[in-house]
Amino acid sequence: MMRTLLVRGLLAGLLGGVVAAVFAYVVGQPLMDAAIEIEEAAAHGHDHGDELIGRGVQSTIGLLVAHAAYGVAIGGLFALLFALAYGRFGAWSPRAYAAVLAAGAFLAVSLVPFLAYPANPPGAGEGASVNARTGAYFGLLAISVVAAGIALYVATRLTGRWGGWNTGICLTAGYVAVVTVSGVLLPGFEEADGFPGELLWDFRVAALGDLVVFWVVLGVAFGALAQRSLAGHVSASAPATGRAGGGAPAGRR
Amino acid sequence: MTQAVAIPAPQPVSIPIREILPYAVLVTVLALAALYFVSTDNNAMTLMAEGYVHEFLHDGRHLMAFPCH
Repeated sequence: MMRTLLVRGLLAGLLGGVVAAVFAYVVGQPLMDAAIEIEEAAAHGHDHGDELIGRGVQSTIGLLVAHAAYGVAIGGLFALLFALAYGRFGAWSPRAYAAVLAAGAFLAVSLVPFLAYPANPPGAGEGASVNARTGAYFGLLAISVVAAGIALYVATRLTGRWGGWNTGICLTAGYVAVVTVSGVLLPGFEEADGFPGELLWDFRVAALGDLVVFWVVLGVAFGALAQRSLAGHVSASAPATGRAGGGAPAGRR
Repeated sequence: MTQAVAIPAPQPVSIPIREILPYAVLVTVLALAALYFVSTDNNAMTLMAEGYVHEFLHDGRHLMAFPCH
């Protein structure tokens, strides 16, 4: 079963990456080009005109390969998350599990780091601070993923006693508190001085849209595939397994 | 006369952790390696000193909201 789910996760991730790359090409690339023009006019940033790999390759094949690689990697990890969670929170259908997990993973992996360190087009971040920005971004990403993972694990223990609703509220509040305090304590970078605000905003919306498209396609596609492969993987009688730990089913969808 | 009979709802069968674990280790390691190349600017400095990988994935990195310059 794990092998089947893994293959389906890789496929759904690849599909999500490809669709997101098309979105990024249509919505994001014109903004990327405009930003690079500004960066080169300002002449303080690094030069994109004389590069090892041409802009034409970066904005097409490079864009697609980056998204596909990201999609396959995240798709594989998502299949693991699904396998760990499925059947442990209540009697939902596979695609309901996939949808809820994809929404939660989008929040923890993409949205929370984005809110603290939003996407920047070329030229809107200082080249010198890239290592510090990378460290802070991945630090917050790690905190967010670990906190969400702990919350999920604790949820499997508490749902039986507190019920799904109260457990969900308490653990979500705890997660939000952890990432909020982390986001405040980690260093901030306000480096877009003089960069056109409207272009910066549009680029950030495009980047967030890219991530939303990816996670929605991944969640829906994986749900559809898992629904089929897990169709026979249910037991007709009530307590699913002794190890489920979920207690009373939170409800059927 | 017919009588209503409660049919128990089908319960999802969770997958044993034992079965997931070897996949989890391998996939996590491989996925993190792939994500390292896609998401970090650092490979411009460490791996591939010439920066081919860095530049090839440059636009995707910016548009997937990873830090870059």
